[in-house]
Amino acid sequence: MAYKLIGKNFTPPDIEAKVTGAATYAEDFRADGMAHVKFYGSPMPHGRVNNIDLSEAEKVPGFLTALLPDEVKQPESPVGQAILSDEAVYFGQPILAIAAETEQAAADAVAAVRVDMELLPFVTNPLESLQPDGPNALNGINVAGQGIDFQELKWSGRDFALAGEETLPLGTPALEWSFGDIEAGFANAAVIVEESFVHASNAHHAMEPRSAAAYWEGGKCHVWGSTQSTAFAQPGLANLIGISPSELVFVSEFCGGGFGGKATTYPLMALPALVSRKLNGRPCLLRVSRNEEYNNGYARAGFQGWAKLGFNNEGRMLAADIYVVQDLGSTSGFPDFNNVGSSAIIVFQPEAIRFRATPVLTNTVPKGAQRGPGENQAANMLEPLLDKAARELGIDRLALRLANAPGGGVGAKYGPDQGPVTSAYLREALEKGAEAFNWEERSKQSGVRNGSKVRGYGIGQAYHTAGSNGFDGLLRITPDGILHVHTGVGNLGTFSYASTSRIAAEVLGYDWDRVVLEYGGTTRHLPWNLGQFGSNTNFTMTRTNYVAAMDAAQKLKEIAAATLGGNAEDYELKEERVVKTGDESVGMSFAEAAQKAIETGGRYDGHELPEDINPMTVASASAIAGTGLIGVAKDNLPKEGTVPALAAAFVEVDVDVETGKVDILDYHCVADCGTVIHPMGLAAQVRGGAVMGFGLATSERHVYDPQYGRPNAQSLYQAKPKTYLDIPTQMGWSAVDLPDSQNPLGMKGIGEPLEGAASSALITAISDALGGHLFNRTPVVTDMILNAAEGRPQSHKPLATNTV
Amino acid sequence: MTKYGPYDPTLDYAPGPAPTRKGGGVETPSWKPLHMSRRNFLRGVVCSGVVIGGSAYLFSTTTPARSDTRAVERLVRLTVNGRTHSIEVPPNETLAHTIRYRLGLTGTKIGCNQGECGACTVLAGDTTIYSCSTLTHRVREVDITTVEGIAGPDGALHPVQQAFIDEIAPQCGFCTPGQVVTAVALLKKNPKPTIEEARLAMSGNLCRCGAYDHYLRGIMKAAERV
Ligand code: FES
Ligand code: FES
Repeated sequence: MAYKLIGKNFTPPDIEAKVTGAATYAEDFRADGMAHVKFYGSPMPHGRVNNIDLSEAEKVPGFLTALLPDEVKQPESPVGQAILSDEAVYFGQPILAIAAETEQAAADAVAAVRVDMELLPFVTNPLESLQPDGPNALNGINVAGQGIDFQELKWSGRDFALAGEETLPLGTPALEWSFGDIEAGFANAAVIVEESFVHASNAHHAMEPRSAAAYWEGGKCHVWGSTQSTAFAQPGLANLIGISPSELVFVSEFCGGGFGGKATTYPLMALPALVSRKLNGRPCLLRVSRNEEYNNGYARAGFQGWAKLGFNNEGRMLAADIYVVQDLGSTSGFPDFNNVGSSAIIVFQPEAIRFRATPVLTNTVPKGAQRGPGENQAANMLEPLLDKAARELGIDRLALRLANAPGGGVGAKYGPDQGPVTSAYLREALEKGAEAFNWEERSKQSGVRNGSKVRGYGIGQAYHTAGSNGFDGLLRITPDGILHVHTGVGNLGTFSYASTSRIAAEVLGYDWDRVVLEYGGTTRHLPWNLGQFGSNTNFTMTRTNYVAAMDAAQKLKEIAAATLGGNAEDYELKEERVVKTGDESVGMSFAEAAQKAIETGGRYDGHELPEDINPMTVASASAIAGTGLIGVAKDNLPKEGTVPALAAAFVEVDVDVETGKVDILDYHCVADCGTVIHPMGLAAQVRGGAVMGFGLATSERHVYDPQYGRPNAQSLYQAKPKTYLDIPTQMGWSAVDLPDSQNPLGMKGIGEPLEGAASSALITAISDALGGHLFNRTPVVTDMILNAAEGRPQSHKPLATNTV
Repeated sequence: MTKYGPYDPTLDYAPGPAPTRKGGGVETPSWKPLHMSRRNFLRGVVCSGVVIGGSAYLFSTTTPARSDTRAVERLVRLTVNGRTHSIEVPPNETLAHTIRYRLGLTGTKIGCNQGECGACTVLAGDTTIYSCSTLTHRVREVDITTVEGIAGPDGALHPVQQAFIDEIAPQCGFCTPGQVVTAVALLKKNPKPTIEEARLAMSGNLCRCGAYDHYLRGIMKAAERV
């Protein structure tokens, strides 16, 4: 089908403000008499506050007020995250906040506070906590996680002794599931690979730290926050502040990067609002520093793991046995562990699998979702093992992947219960990518040495779920004929708030320049939308905009029939007019129909609303009722199965075996994201995701000093995201561009696998240049490459964490 | 025994001397705080079950030490985007702070406040500087241009800005003001850069969204148009 807008490039409405500096982020909030807030972060990884002495702080000129832990809502669960806490469970955790006339005065006052703390036992290495007498990160608790009761879990000395130093001990897991007969699978396997590995944790390091501003006026709390999501973040933030959602006015027009770390709301966002309340509503700004962002801005979870994979002669995976120990951080964190297992199933479609996991609490920064949480670590940990199997079987590495990758659309299996998927074209992505990259010919250069440089080639694959359902769409056509699409999606930087809104314009046949997007704050009357995370936006919010547009289309036809005669079915939409099929002279413009809708009232102009929409949508639609023709509906479209986003990537590198430096020479990625909505936007995500993946693969990592529990990679130069100098000159991309079966226009998301495909491709390419050497540790840093090239042992123990 | 200097909050950590163990084995290299001299002191105390006060951690607070230069504000004449302002600024205030908080020009971003990211880049004359790491009093003689001063007086976008839009270069947009300023400075000095020259010139501007390729495409496109 030929579309007017879908598949075409466009200029997102907010992009000009980004290049002129007019875009306002949370820290750009300014108000007369604005006070500045700073917080005191715990100087130790685990400690109890015995006393807080504010006497010196209060003497600092400009001191206004202090907010203490007992003045804020505390989490109900011991593994929850507090806004301010008198038992700090990680270094830098906010204990108290101070407001002052200037930022300097606030900082001075914080420095003058005397906090008497008692150090408690702490742990930074999950395996250490599982030792028979190992320390617990929380009092009496060391294991938690989604679907797992928080508990103290220790493995036996025998578990550790049997495993030795090089293998993950396979003690009692907190979670286990399986399907198929893995014993039979291994018995029939031609090749079995078995490895233990470590994946480091790493910081999100969004360029904009999580600053926030707030004030109270007219009984309402106004917050400017930095978040990936607008509608979805609102109820949670209201709850943290302790008010009802209707009492919160929330602005999040721009977000300076989130990557999962600002998925919805988070405790620090509530802090200025709570301080402001103490100051009778005076505007307060909390500027979060880079350091504070590192300490409180979440992180990707690390893993210690083990896998045993069995393949037949053709490279088909007959059995997989996977065990991961997740570094959960100091709260219940994010269930990355689940995603390791589920991505292994969808990407490899094994005939049998057993998956075990133990998520362990550590006194490190709370872990949040980071782009492909679990799935991307799985790619980095498992893809190199596929290469090893291919080498041992003597088959091409691409052939082995093709033997397992799901393709052909529907039919692939997902999850331990082997449920259906809505579409999967990973095989097609591999084929398309291999052709564009010329894999067959080029990979023959693998291992060719030129001076100190050795050529290597790698393939990576990654997955993430890519869509949800059940949210609402809301739009209106005003009597000037303009279409207003109200979208509660956040503005993360993918421009998908705009591209998904184009679906409504497409359905109604609008010219894009006659469409206004209402987004960025609750004052824009937003429908209840899912947040902008989990690669879901394209699937979820094209559906909500589709159902709202279909509702509007039906109402337009009904109005035309009521005004001009006949039945609604006799009418169609054409060039922003609703006209009689076969006789276009009978019809009315959308502008006229909108006016008629207001006159008719009832469901046409939002005075009567569907019963199944969310209260937030009800409130928003009621606020705009009577201003035009309202299209509003809940997404009740069928959705059966999991929506998978998949990507395959190819990398060419030169590895300098004398310096350990890796030059990425060429890159090509193919996305399976259903029908492409916005090609340039997709290109930006493919390339940006790859840059992030290159960092994940070779440089970014958390380092906690095990002696003191202090983080040692707090700055950008220490945490090492990639720069202009690290990217390849060629970054090609394409999309399979085959529609998803359960989205009315065939769309599904893609953001996250774009990173994991790139990172795992780079790791396998480095490995390839070194003759198939397996590092079993991510990131693969320069020292490790040098040690491998020179045949030296690595400087860390196989399962050590926090290595540099 | 290693001597450590007084604690300096701006020098958080430095690699410690590689510790050796009895028997010659090398311990995993780890960084140590400058002010801590007995690595195992604390661990020993914790393991023996003795509760200690937090004072051992006092020096490792997460907030910078209290400023001792609460110096008096001094009048400074500062020219930003062609307008001269007379403002009171203390001698220890950074230019980023002055333009964002005193002049209300919030286009310039603070990504790190420590010279690592380039989000705060402005022009001093024709030279790019990190405004977070420049004292306002140091630039009172120089014309400063921020991202708000890049477009023409009539609001016409600079070719770099237009090309960044055309190439969908910004993602989250937080690094974009710095990228724009650095790219404009590059094209002033070198109107026809090669992609390698552009890459090098831009390398002081981090982008966590990884939009480097699109910014570079934008610069090459702008160079064709200038
Ligand atoms: S804010 Fe100045 S370099 Fe980062
Ligand atoms: S566009 Fe987000 S940091 Fe560059």
